Amino acid sequence: MATNEEVMSTKKPEVAMRSRKTDSIIFKTIIYIVCVILSLLSLFPFVCMLINSTRSSASIMANAVALIPGKEMMHNLKTLNRMETFNALTGLKNSFIISAGVTVLSVYFSCLTAYAIHAYDWKLKKAFFGLIMGIMMLPGTVTMIGFYRTCYQLHLTDNKLMLILPAIASSQMVFFMKQYLEGALSMEIVESARIDGASEFRTFNTIILPIMKPAMATQAIFAFVGSWNNFFLPLILFNKTKNYTMPIMVSLLNGDIYRREYGCVYMGLSATALPLIVVYLCLSKYIVSGIALGSVKG
Amino acid sequence: MEKKKLVNYSKFGYLFAIPFFLTFLVFTLYPICYTLLLGFTNQEGAIPPKLKILKDPLDNFKYLFKKRSSGSMSFFLESLITTARIWIVNFIPQICLALLLSAWFTDNRVKVKGQGFFKVVFYLPNIITAATIAILFNTLFAYPKGPINDLLTSMKILKQPFNFVLSKTATRAIVEFIQCWQWYGSTMITLIAAVIGINPEIFEAAEIDGANRWRKFWNITLPSVRPIMLFTLVTSLIGGLSMFDIPQLFATGGPDRATTTIAIYIYNTAMKKPYKYNRAAAASILLFFIIIFFSALLFYFMRDKDAAKLRKLKKQELKNAKLAGKGA
Repeated sequence: MATNEEVMSTKKPEVAMRSRKTDSIIFKTIIYIVCVILSLLSLFPFVCMLINSTRSSASIMANAVALIPGKEMMHNLKTLNRMETFNALTGLKNSFIISAGVTVLSVYFSCLTAYAIHAYDWKLKKAFFGLIMGIMMLPGTVTMIGFYRTCYQLHLTDNKLMLILPAIASSQMVFFMKQYLEGALSMEIVESARIDGASEFRTFNTIILPIMKPAMATQAIFAFVGSWNNFFLPLILFNKTKNYTMPIMVSLLNGDIYRREYGCVYMGLSATALPLIVVYLCLSKYIVSGIALGSVKG
Repeated sequence: MEKKKLVNYSKFGYLFAIPFFLTFLVFTLYPICYTLLLGFTNQEGAIPPKLKILKDPLDNFKYLFKKRSSGSMSFFLESLITTARIWIVNFIPQICLALLLSAWFTDNRVKVKGQGFFKVVFYLPNIITAATIAILFNTLFAYPKGPINDLLTSMKILKQPFNFVLSKTATRAIVEFIQCWQWYGSTMITLIAAVIGINPEIFEAAEIDGANRWRKFWNITLPSVRPIMLFTLVTSLIGGLSMFDIPQLFATGGPDRATTTIAIYIYNTAMKKPYKYNRAAAASILLFFIIIFFSALLFYFMRDKDAAKLRKLKKQELKNAKLAGKGA
């Protein structure tokens, strides 16, 4: 490094300038090449999936990679519909009910809990917040056995509420909402509402919630997607086919019946991925800016 | 008016926190305690017998570490090692790639065009259901006729199609690749936010001093984003410890248990014959303590050092004042 710099400084200024320019062009080219390769890597599986979902199984068997879509989309859809276990509509419906429930409950109650911590002084506040920080990282795996056995004994397996209700205590989201409140809310607004005679609960619903809208929007997207993609808990809790969520439906595509029906498998995969891809492309601005705010990862 | 200001509002704090707390009690604390209890009991089989603490309460825990009759390591330890292995091999390239990209995307000399597009595309795999991704890769790596086999044979990299899911190394490598591929975009975006947060004057000063790109990265960017990297490391580690969807659906934990993670081990122990709930519970509890350990480590490193120091000083002062008071 040091020798390089010395050489640079001994050269005539223009030469140094020019070499810096070519240097920068080479550097830029490398960046673009790597980024394009990574983009292709990200997109290839999905493009392959979408194109193959429109091709017949026979043509996939003959040549698995193609750049031109086939004409067998409807045929694949029909075959998929004939399958007894895989039912995309049921999956979509169940996933939607659960994800919507989780989103509404987690966003509303996280705001409420965060407000309780931010706006009021109470004795156990610090302990309570410590608890929230402590359970923030806890994955569902560790509570699963106890939870499943309890649900089983109370005949509550196959009950969607068992996946929705826990969302009231979403510690990560409370943490995030509290951070947001600290920056966005001045207590003067609350004081003036009190002087106007508004009850505390009303103040929260009509004044605090609108202030938190931007944070709620980002968190709602992540809560919805997170719940939509959840595979582990529904897999354990749900036995009846009519309760299967989308990820469980997808997992059925791995069965032996589908071994020969490649077009059909690709179709099923596309049916589950396409809604997410569309939603993601529409909301990508909010999602990408929301990621940095923290979430547990794999 | 005067009177109203004196109203004690603290009860609303309790009131608004009650829903969270009750839900936490029912859906988190109770299951954890029950899981802990089950770990010491005789609960197993499709219809478990009456709940009873075992004669040797630690029996289930001991079993987890007991060597198999063949003399090789117990299934639990094996799954622990598999999990760690998959996580490490996925995390190192993931963080390196994310660091590299975040340095490139925040370089103020070379303004990379199309950044928005690249970010959206790199993050795309993360938003898609892991179950879908696992089955999709399973189909892409199909044998003998699958897209990957087709590509590799037509490019003459492979002479004949290769059955990936029968090879332990290949299956593990693919699972590691999927994890890395799914998460580097997310890590990158987190790191970019951290780099943007660095005071630009520091970079400007370094440039005036003639620091090159590498020096700036090594001496400014890297030390500044260390806390965020640590955060990423621990959250990723905890996420990695509960890895389930990809290895389970890509190769059902196989071949020959090569991708059986702890979560899969717990699932198989509890949900498949002979339904050893007690052993699965014991394994969950051990996993719980491992996670608590790493979370505590994170909080220890992430704690506000200045605030902690200040608190210590204040305590010291109080003590001194007390001592002085006693002395007088």
